[in-house]
Parts: sequence; structure tokens; C-alpha cells
Amino acid sequence: MSFLKKLKDKFQSTEQQEEVSDKYKDGLSKTRQSFSSRINDLVARYRTVDEDFFEDLEEVLISADVGVNTVMDLIDELKMEVKRQNIKDTSEMKDVISEKLVDIYYGDDAVTSSSINFQSDDLTIILFVGVNGVGKTTTIGKLAYQLKQSGKHVVMAAGDTFRAGAIEQLEEWGKRVDVEVVKQSAGSDPAAVIYDGIRAAKSRKADVLLCDTAGRLQNKVNLMNELSKVKRVIEREVPGAPHEVLLVLDATTGQNAMSQAKTFSEATDVSGIVLSKLDGTAKGGIVLAIRNELQIPVKFVGLGEKVTDLETFDAQAFVYGLFADMLQDDPEE
Amino acid sequence: MAFEGLADRLQNTIQKIKGKGKVTEQDVKEMTREVRLALLEADVNFKVVKDFVKKVKERAVGQEVMDSLTPGQQVIKVVKEELTALMGGDQSKIAVSDRPPTVIMMVGLQGAGKTTTTGKLANLLRKKHNRKPLLVAADIYRPAAINQLETLGKQLSMPVFSMGTEVNPVDIAKKGVEQAKENHDEYVIIDTAGRLHVDTDLMDELAQIKDAVKPDEIFLVVDSMTGQDAVNVAENFNDQLDISGVILTKLDGDTRGGAALSIKAVTDKPIKFAGTGEKLDEIEAFHPERMASRILGMGDVLSLIEKAQENVDEKKAKELEQKMRSASFTFDDFLDQMGQVRNMGPLDDLIGMMPGANKMKGMKNLEIDEKQINHVEAIIQSMTAKERQDPSLMNASRKKRIAKGAGRPVSEVNRLLKQFEEMKKMMKQMTNMQQGKKGKKGKGLNFPFM
Repeated sequence: MSFLKKLKDKFQSTEQQEEVSDKYKDGLSKTRQSFSSRINDLVARYRTVDEDFFEDLEEVLISADVGVNTVMDLIDELKMEVKRQNIKDTSEMKDVISEKLVDIYYGDDAVTSSSINFQSDDLTIILFVGVNGVGKTTTIGKLAYQLKQSGKHVVMAAGDTFRAGAIEQLEEWGKRVDVEVVKQSAGSDPAAVIYDGIRAAKSRKADVLLCDTAGRLQNKVNLMNELSKVKRVIEREVPGAPHEVLLVLDATTGQNAMSQAKTFSEATDVSGIVLSKLDGTAKGGIVLAIRNELQIPVKFVGLGEKVTDLETFDAQAFVYGLFADMLQDDPEE
Repeated sequence: MAFEGLADRLQNTIQKIKGKGKVTEQDVKEMTREVRLALLEADVNFKVVKDFVKKVKERAVGQEVMDSLTPGQQVIKVVKEELTALMGGDQSKIAVSDRPPTVIMMVGLQGAGKTTTTGKLANLLRKKHNRKPLLVAADIYRPAAINQLETLGKQLSMPVFSMGTEVNPVDIAKKGVEQAKENHDEYVIIDTAGRLHVDTDLMDELAQIKDAVKPDEIFLVVDSMTGQDAVNVAENFNDQLDISGVILTKLDGDTRGGAALSIKAVTDKPIKFAGTGEKLDEIEAFHPERMASRILGMGDVLSLIEKAQENVDEKKAKELEQKMRSASFTFDDFLDQMGQVRNMGPLDDLIGMMPGANKMKGMKNLEIDEKQINHVEAIIQSMTAKERQDPSLMNASRKKRIAKGAGRPVSEVNRLLKQFEEMKKMMKQMTNMQQGKKGKKGKGLNFPFM
């Protein structure tokens, strides 16, 4: 049984899974179409597996923002695989390519978990970090809604005291999803706001505290230090916290996302990634590179502007969405 | 993650060529492959890279590179020239309407930095033209977007026009421009909501705003960290709105910013401004040349090349080559050449500018001792004119005299003489080798001691 078939079977085994993968398929339709149709196109154009074929494949992968290093490694591995299995016909390549890609997506089992480290009977603190304009506040709003729907008592802390209108933006989300927002005035010390947030969350016996922070470019040392301080304050107030540090990455970002993930990890020990704006035409190949090179798991995916458009990242569903066309095109199966 | 700049990438290939003295088509192919990878790593769109590399290859296979003294650097130079040409000149002008107000419309994806850039642009207009623009808050979708613009307006003490979130953005834009007319404001900047380029409804809304207010400028605001998708975004916005220019934001980050090249290539619209910080005065005219260097990750190499161009006398280099060929290279020539290199600045700096120099074998621990070079100079200068022309004249007493004159031990004089003879032998061998082969003249050795 081919690998793709196995994947397909897995996803059609239960209705619930079907539902999940449908949502991914919708959200990722643009990603999927362009990506897998290009691979199909590639396979159709070349009869034999040769240098030109690999060069074109390289481009397909690079156009998905997978990252040059990852692509080069992948191509090398594929070349070896082709030699080993003595593959000559490009039609056989589809399976090999997707298997290798999935390998990278899954990475080590240890890091594939996309579940949030919730404390069963205590306050769970989640810190959000990222560069400017990636969608931190929006993600917090969406997550607050989701948690509230599941019956959790949520408090949000308006830690972005820098950007004009950031506090008001979070307050607006608070109103929309009916969640309390702890804030101070613009320009105040973000660590102090987060401290207040922890106090408030504790006294209200909240289940989850979502901490917003100002967007900052990762090469601004002072601002990164400020972020480390925020994290230290949380650590001091609640031992074991923050239970998650989520780095929000814009899916349209190119190779710089790697630098973001690396530097933010150094400053705040990032535990997971939220990949936002994946509903555009950006290919999301960045996930491959991040998983491959930094072993940071993706926990959520932003697939739209609605409050409900935040999905728990499901690597298998993601891969299924990405390769759905290829699966359907397989005639002999 | 540290990206290798183009210069670093080219190192291996350059190393290979160095010993050959002749650049083959295969070498050029390898170099252009490195160019391609460097550009891809910088997030330039792969299609744009393809076209670009083709152009570079054409020039590189021609005489320009293959005949040059330093093929590796020549490739970099060709790449940079092409890159700068593609990116266009300084075009940081803002259109002025004959009938005020001049209307500027800001468009782009979510989170690109439209609102912040609106504030910065307004600040720039006031600083440069002493005008107070009216800011129009037409983003009714994102929570508190209007509030953000109002806060910026307060910080800049500039008027902000808003009608809340219940009014159609097209109407807000229209009314805003009307108010500007009444108040005799000379500029209006309309801040629109961020939207996906594939969101038909919202893109249509922008087209309606455009129809309603007939803007003099439509600026597409793009995050400089954007990856391969920049092409799709720019193409869509340009096709549907015919944008007049681009503003690149967040350039104070450590991104290479290859998106700039992609956008310019697919839209052929000028990149006018660059956002370089979080403060409201951190916007500047876009410099295509600097951007080209940044994309290649190699500002320093370029200044090295510039220095070389400024300081190396072409005619002298030709004479030198002739001498090497006929093995009539003398201490005078040696001294002359040292002088040329030293004109370029302290050796430490030069080595530092050389791509990959610190990775080269032996270079890492080798501290460039300016003193040692001074000594060599002193020794040569202590020779008589005759001795410099014909080192075979040397005998024990001459050596002693030279050593005394230079203030160095005789052993050092001996060492230099020996090295010089070896160098000459090498040159002869190399030039013979090159002459033996058919084809182009090799010029691999311009600075024998570098």
C-alpha cells in the first residue's frame, strides 16, 4: 500500500477526522492548489528523473517558502532515494516526495504534540510574543473565545503598552468575547501590567491568563531584554509559569521567520508557534523549515478573520490538506 | 540564523579559480548558481531570480568577467549593477495634485504597517513641505484601528477624520476628502483596512474608494520580511488598483528584504519609502543601491571593489602583467604594487572586507602585521636602484649594508630575496602555462603577495 493511500485511509476512517481535515482543506485551499498542482505538473512534464527534474522540484519547494537549506537537504535525500530504489519514472516520485515531506513535518515524535500545557486545577499562563503586525492580539482574542466556549474562565493582560491603540484593540476583543482585560495606561511598564494580570487572575480564580506583548523586531536587543523581564516576572509570581510561550509567526514571512523563531526562543524559551494568516496564498512551507531546523512545534493555525478561525494545529490534517489533490489524482488506487 | 551573503557563497568557487588563472564557462555556471542561492535565501521570488540569473550569466560568460583580473569580484559587481538597475533610482517624490488636496491612499495586507506608515508619512510631509495633512480613518474592521490612528494624530498634533465603524469606508473616504477641501488641507492620507489580496469583496471595496476619491498616489505597504508570496500580493494589488508606489516597512529588522526586488520586478512600480523604526520620524527615502547590497549581504565587499577601482592604476597593472610575462619583474615593481594595495587602506581592514577571509586556511590565526610589511618596504628601499633591478648583484657585503640601512637582521634580507626569487619563478611558470594554452590571457595574479 502506498504511503499516500495510508494517509488517506487514516483520514477517512472516522467522521470526526473528516470534519477536521475539511476545515483544513478549505482554509488551505489556495496553498494546496498551487503547491500540489505544481508538483503534479512537474511530474507530468518530465518523463524521467534527471537533474532538470530536481531543479524544478527545488523551485516548487522554494516557492513554498520552505527555505533553501531545508530544500537542499531534501533534494539530496530524494536523490539518494531515487538511486536506492532505482526510480526512473517521475510518476513514482510523487509518493517518494510526499513521504519525505511528511517525514520532515512530523520530525521527532517528541515535538509533534500540538496540545497546550494546561494546568488541571491551577492558573495556566500563556505568553504571546512576536514581531510587529503578525497578529498577536487577534490570536489572543480568538483563543480567548475558544477557551471561553470550552467553559474556561479567561483573563487577558494588555501587555502591549507601546503601540498606539493596542490596549484598546485588546479591550475591544474583551468586549466581543466577554472576557476581562487587565490594563494600565499606554506607555507603562509591560512587566507591571503582566504582574497585575497575574494578581487579578489569581484573585478571580481564573483558569487561563493570556498575556499580550508589544510586537518587536528580534534584532532589537533592548526590547528582547524587556521581554525576558516580562517572562521572569511571570516565573517569579507563579512557579512553573509561563506554561506556554507562543511565538506568533505570519505565514507570509519568508526566511526571516527562522531568525525570529531562533531569537525569540533565546529570549523567552518559546514552547510553540502560532502560524497566522495561512488563509492567503502564502504556502505555509515555513512550517517545514521550522520543524526541521528548530524543533519547535506548531500549536495553532490562523485560517481567517473570524473569531472562530483559529485551529489547533494538526500535522496530519495539515499534510492531508496539502496533498489532497495528489491523493485524488492517483489513478491506480 | 546566519545567512551566507553572496560574497561568502562565492568563496569556494573563487578559491578554485584562483589557482587556474583562467575562468571557464563551467566556473561561471557555478558562480551563477551561487548567485541564485544567495538571492533565494534573501527571499527574492524564484521566478524573478531565474530571469535575473539569466541576465547575469549572459554578461558573465562574455568578456567582462572571464577576462577580468578578479572574476569572483567581477561577478559580484555585475550582480550588483544589474540589481541596482532593476531596482531603479531614488524616487521618493510624492505626487502633488494641481487642485488640492493631494489624495494619498494606503493599501496592503494585514499587519504590514499601514497605519503606522500613515502617521510617518504625515510627519514627513509636515517636516519637508510644512503641510499638515488630514488623516482619514477608513479601517472599520480591525478592532481599535481608528483609535490607533487617532492616537497617532494626537502625538503628531494632526487632524484625524473618522466616522466610527458603522459607516461604509467608501463614504468615509469621500467625506474625508470633502472636509479636506473645505479646510483647505493640501494633503489627505486615507488609511484603509488590511486585507488579503485574494479577498474579492474587500479588494472591490478598495477599487470603489479609488473611484470615489481619485487618489494621486496609491501606496502599497509591504512588510520587508515577506517571503515568496510577495509577488502574488504585489501583482494582485497592482492589477486591481494600479498602485503608484510601494513603501517597504520594518527594514530595521535583520531581514534581507528580497521582497523588494520581487515587487519591483513584477509591478515595475517604484519603491518610494522605507520604514526603519517604531518612531514616527523613522521613515526615509528608499535607496535602491543600499537595498541591492543588503539583499546580497555584502556591503563591505562593494566598498572593497570601489576602493580597488579608485586606487589601482589600470595602466600600471598592464605594465606589471607584461613584466611578469617576460620575468622582468623587479623590486621596484614589487614596491609599487605594495604601495597600490596600501593606498586602499590598512591591511587589516582590507582583509576584513574580503569575503570569507577569516574562514581561509591560515588566515584565521594570521594577524596581519603592518610592521612586517613596513620592514619589507624598508629593506627594498635600502637597496640601490641597480640592486632593485637586478637582485643577482647581491653579495654578502651588499646584504649587510641593506640590513643596516633597514635596521633589520641580515637573515630577513635573505628571506626576502629568496621569497622574491621564488615568486618570480612562479610567475614565469604561470605565464608560460597560460601562453601555452590557447585562448584568453590569464590575469590571475595581480597582487602576488595577497
